[in-house]
Amino acid sequence: MSSIIKTQPESIADKSTHYCPGCGHGVMLRLIGEVVDELGIREDMILTAPVGCSVILYDYMNCDVIECAHGRAPAVGTAIKRVHPDKFVLVYQGDGDLAAIGTAEIIHAANRGENLSVIFVNNAVYGMTGGQMAPTTLIGQKTTTSPYGRTAKGMGKPIRVCEMMATLEETKYLERTSIHSIRNINKTKAAIKKAFLNQINGIGFSLVEVLSMCPVGWRLSPQEAQGYIESQMIDYFPLGVYKDLEY
Amino acid sequence: MPETIDKKSSSVGKKVLLKGNEAVAEAAIKAGCDAYFAYPITPQTETAEYFSKRMVDLNRIFIQAESEVAAINMVFGASAAGARVMTSSSSPGISLKQEGISYIAGAELPCVLINVVRGGPGLGNILPSQADYFQTTRGGGHGDYRCITLVPNSIQECYDMTMAAFDLADYYRMPVFILSDGIIGQMVEPFVMHEYSPMFANMPKKDWALTGCKGREPNVVRTLYMSPADGLEQLNRRLFAKYEKIEAEYRDCQQISCDGADLIIIAYGATSRIAKAAIKKLNKNGKKVGLFRPKTVWPWPGPELVELVKNNKKAKFLVIEMSMGQMIEDVKLSLMDVVKKDWIYFYGMGGGWCPTPETICEKVNEVLG
Ligand SMILES: Cc1ncc(C[n+]2csc(CCOP(=O)(O)OP(=O)(O)O)c2C)c(N)n1
Ligand code: SF4
Repeated sequence: MSSIIKTQPESIADKSTHYCPGCGHGVMLRLIGEVVDELGIREDMILTAPVGCSVILYDYMNCDVIECAHGRAPAVGTAIKRVHPDKFVLVYQGDGDLAAIGTAEIIHAANRGENLSVIFVNNAVYGMTGGQMAPTTLIGQKTTTSPYGRTAKGMGKPIRVCEMMATLEETKYLERTSIHSIRNINKTKAAIKKAFLNQINGIGFSLVEVLSMCPVGWRLSPQEAQGYIESQMIDYFPLGVYKDLEY
Repeated sequence: MPETIDKKSSSVGKKVLLKGNEAVAEAAIKAGCDAYFAYPITPQTETAEYFSKRMVDLNRIFIQAESEVAAINMVFGASAAGARVMTSSSSPGISLKQEGISYIAGAELPCVLINVVRGGPGLGNILPSQADYFQTTRGGGHGDYRCITLVPNSIQECYDMTMAAFDLADYYRMPVFILSDGIIGQMVEPFVMHEYSPMFANMPKKDWALTGCKGREPNVVRTLYMSPADGLEQLNRRLFAKYEKIEAEYRDCQQISCDGADLIIIAYGATSRIAKAAIKKLNKNGKKVGLFRPKTVWPWPGPELVELVKNNKKAKFLVIEMSMGQMIEDVKLSLMDVVKKDWIYFYGMGGGWCPTPETICEKVNEVLG
């Protein structure tokens, strides 16, 4: 006889989230919770939450949390890590947060080589405000502010964050993963763990970009959203390790 | 950089010479400032330069941020982490910091902010101005909040008020501004560099700080309250109860020869120094002119002003500002029931100039007839 046992990482609060069905943020919450538990860092960590659908992370994570202004989590995280170099500081951001309004903060935190772990959830739209165009929206993708589809002319092409960050010499670990399938979810977990261990071992700035579903913003079903990553997003945002310097 | 920096330990308690912009930095360092973040802008940059050396020497935190936006968010993070923290800038940079200041106020975090005001609007110029009065006394960013604002008119006050600012910030858990200007920031004059001693016997414990939740429930620093019932109403009411308390406890002003004066000049910061020089001349010539100088502009020393009128019903008032007239609104609000409207005169300028004792004397003579 088989049975399903609900297990809950200690670092995740026992609450239901407000995330939509099929949303990638829920998967990310679970993965981060598992890694935090496995590394035993819950009581040593400070999480900087972004403005975006994951703004309420302070309700879901069972650790010290600061809710930052839109785009500024890397600056906030920089200061917290400088004040408490022995604590673990996690920076969590969406694509509007990191690649639009907060471009300066993430680039300069990376360029200074801050010893931070950044989780960058790329869902190609602004989820929280209702599915507007993001810097990562694909060419042709329709959003509420690109109703005819994004065009390179006048809107630019989607920004490839890992590739861009790789040019900064103080970045130590950059990987793009996805969470549209079990295999990829497992790979993402391994990448998160590596980014966390890098900080713990004093290696320096690590960023994991995760292609993530926003079924509601994309006007797709949860299954269709997984397929969209597989068939559309990965073409433009190739998965893989963009930098891995272990010193 | 002046000699005095490296000799600072031997100069404790003695008279030293520093610029206003350097005196605020040294006071902060002595008051135990753990972290300083800023972005260069004239006429404030000496503060950042001073910190860049001293903080490194002391093994404390100094970051030249990529922008004022980043700098204020670093202040937010460091303060949330429990550090004593400061940033400084000048008008355009302070405008950029406003979103962050609103977050700091909303999260009830302490920090010290210095605005060395320059001419505006826009890029304006790098000359002294007092045109950021509205911005600093009405909160400045979005939402309902206030920042305690101390206004020095000497280098001694730059030093003393900065030390006090750290204590007030920690005590009331809120941002505290030093409102300087291009003259006060750049001026050099001797002052006594005394040691820091806390102004409150019992400083509250920072048990809200983010330090990792070992042995306690997690701490959360946030400004988001999704629904009215979630606590935004309570937050704003709590903030305003605190502000009311501060208005009662911490107003400060200076009055010089106001008793029996025919005219009282109201001026703060650099302008009050120039007014003092003018008043000396006027008094010598037999004119009865006094000075009312706010040392805090929020909280506004309105009750003191009203009290002054009770004791001197014949005085007219001349408000002098390096702006087109901002503080005068607070003066009029305070005095509307006790002084005739046309007894409140204004002398201001908007070009980044400052008045001279001579032009002030002329203006006073005009008013007194
Ligand atoms: C200064 C500022 N500008 C705009 C907003 C409105 N806003 C809230 S969330 C958001 C976009 C978030 O998108 P993203 O970072 O991609 O996160 P997601 O919701 O998709 O996870 C915007 C524009 C804000 N809160 N603050
Ligand atoms: S809008 Fe998109 S990102 Fe936000 S919770 Fe819903 S699915 Fe997730």
